[in-house]
Amino acid sequence: MKLPPSTIILKPGNSEQNETGSWRSLKPVVDAEKCNGCGLCWLYCPEPAITKGKPVVIDYRYCKGCGICANECPVKAIVMVEEGQK
Amino acid sequence: MKQLVTGDEAAAIAAKLARVKVISAYPITPQTIIVERLAEFVADGELDAEYIKVESEHSALSACLGSAAVGARTFTATSSQGLMLMSEILFVASGMRLPIVMANANRSLSAPLSIWCDQQDSVAVRDCGWIQLYCENNQEVLDSTIQAFRIAEESLLPVMVCFDGYILSHTAEPVEIPEQAEVDKFLPPYKYPYLLDPEKPITMGAVGVPEYYEEFRYMLQEAVLKSKEKIIEVGQAFGRQFGRKSDLIECYRSDDADVILLTMGSLSGSVKEVIDEYRGHDERVGLVKVRAFRPFPEKELVDSLAHAKAIAVLEKDFSPGSTGALFSDLSGTFVNSRKSPLLLNFICGLGGRDVSSLQIREATKAAMEAAKIGEVKKTVRWLGLRETMVGLKP
Ligand code: SF4
Ligand code: SF4
Repeated sequence: MKLPPSTIILKPGNSEQNETGSWRSLKPVVDAEKCNGCGLCWLYCPEPAITKGKPVVIDYRYCKGCGICANECPVKAIVMVEEGQK
Repeated sequence: MKQLVTGDEAAAIAAKLARVKVISAYPITPQTIIVERLAEFVADGELDAEYIKVESEHSALSACLGSAAVGARTFTATSSQGLMLMSEILFVASGMRLPIVMANANRSLSAPLSIWCDQQDSVAVRDCGWIQLYCENNQEVLDSTIQAFRIAEESLLPVMVCFDGYILSHTAEPVEIPEQAEVDKFLPPYKYPYLLDPEKPITMGAVGVPEYYEEFRYMLQEAVLKSKEKIIEVGQAFGRQFGRKSDLIECYRSDDADVILLTMGSLSGSVKEVIDEYRGHDERVGLVKVRAFRPFPEKELVDSLAHAKAIAVLEKDFSPGSTGALFSDLSGTFVNSRKSPLLLNFICGLGGRDVSSLQIREATKAAMEAAKIGEVKKTVRWLGLRETMVGLKP
């Protein structure tokens, strides 16, 4: 297999193969009552971890716990809780 | 048309003639005039480019990564501490094979704080995977900057065009400015083969795990080595079109010389004067000027130096605890060759100190003495050092 000159991956969508969920120490939890479905968290999430909707659904196989969604949510519908806690 | 311009202006005019699409830079003495001129060109509508203002050199070069990745012809400029702040991103640019062109006005590094010229800044990042070209005068600044875009784009490597701060950056000289139409012919619009395009998503700059990292570094090494041919080819094409050709090195009255001085940058001009004096007295002394420091022109240097008895390497940098960088590279080049001249190293012109013809003669005499007795008494010497101040003399 001849490599491209730099670490370029020409096939799109490969982040789906890379399950980053095991990196997480903080877990985003969505408050279904508060979420208005604006989609900002989906836009900012760096992983394919959020599915749009009202409320949004988080796929914990990919969620790495960065907390960007909780930070961006305009109505504070996402809180970060420590893994292993309820 | 000839115009009286400084080295900084020559670099800015060259970037404009190259029709750069993105400029991102942060002002730093003695490079500031470059970005000031380019900002004016953009503001006055003379240059159709995006001028990205940033808060540091680290960000400037990071912005350049992005613009080069979307296929825009990209230019930046810096110097000294600014280059140091860029150093992390320098390696990313070459590793990602992005053809960015940078002008670096050579300036010494802190501490002590100094805004004046030496070549420690760009020499310190010689391992960053960029092509490095050094200029002797303002015409070379303009010519090399234009050529740099073609070298970069055809080798998929970033290129740093280095020229001495103040000595060139702030000194006006007559420079032949080519016509826009001619530069357009020399530098057609280019297409980066791995475009960052939301319509066709790809991953750029992915992790290189241990199973792959070494292969990517090997390919970088091969690419930089191979760019030697490209530098020669582009230098010749430039010569055919504009009447001034460039090469990896320049030999000045060195073909039959017993003693050859080796330099980089503006110092070469002063050395040529001294060589002419010696030649006037029938002394066989010559100069070889290194234009491309990376890739290092090993074969070309061996071919042009091996016949001499002694080589004096004059350089405005040193590696504390070792020798000058040019000297150590040259020594490595000769290590396996059958015949090696004696090699002497002269550290000079640090922090903006003038290198006088007296000092150049001192180096030449030492090399002649070594050639005569067949041995080098002292490998590394410092020219112009005030010995009482450092306790070498009472
Ligand atoms: S914590 Fe980070 S990775 Fe997880 S859903 Fe929020 S933004 Fe995405
Ligand atoms: S940003 Fe907040 S309100 Fe908007 S969709 Fe995400 S969780 Fe719901």
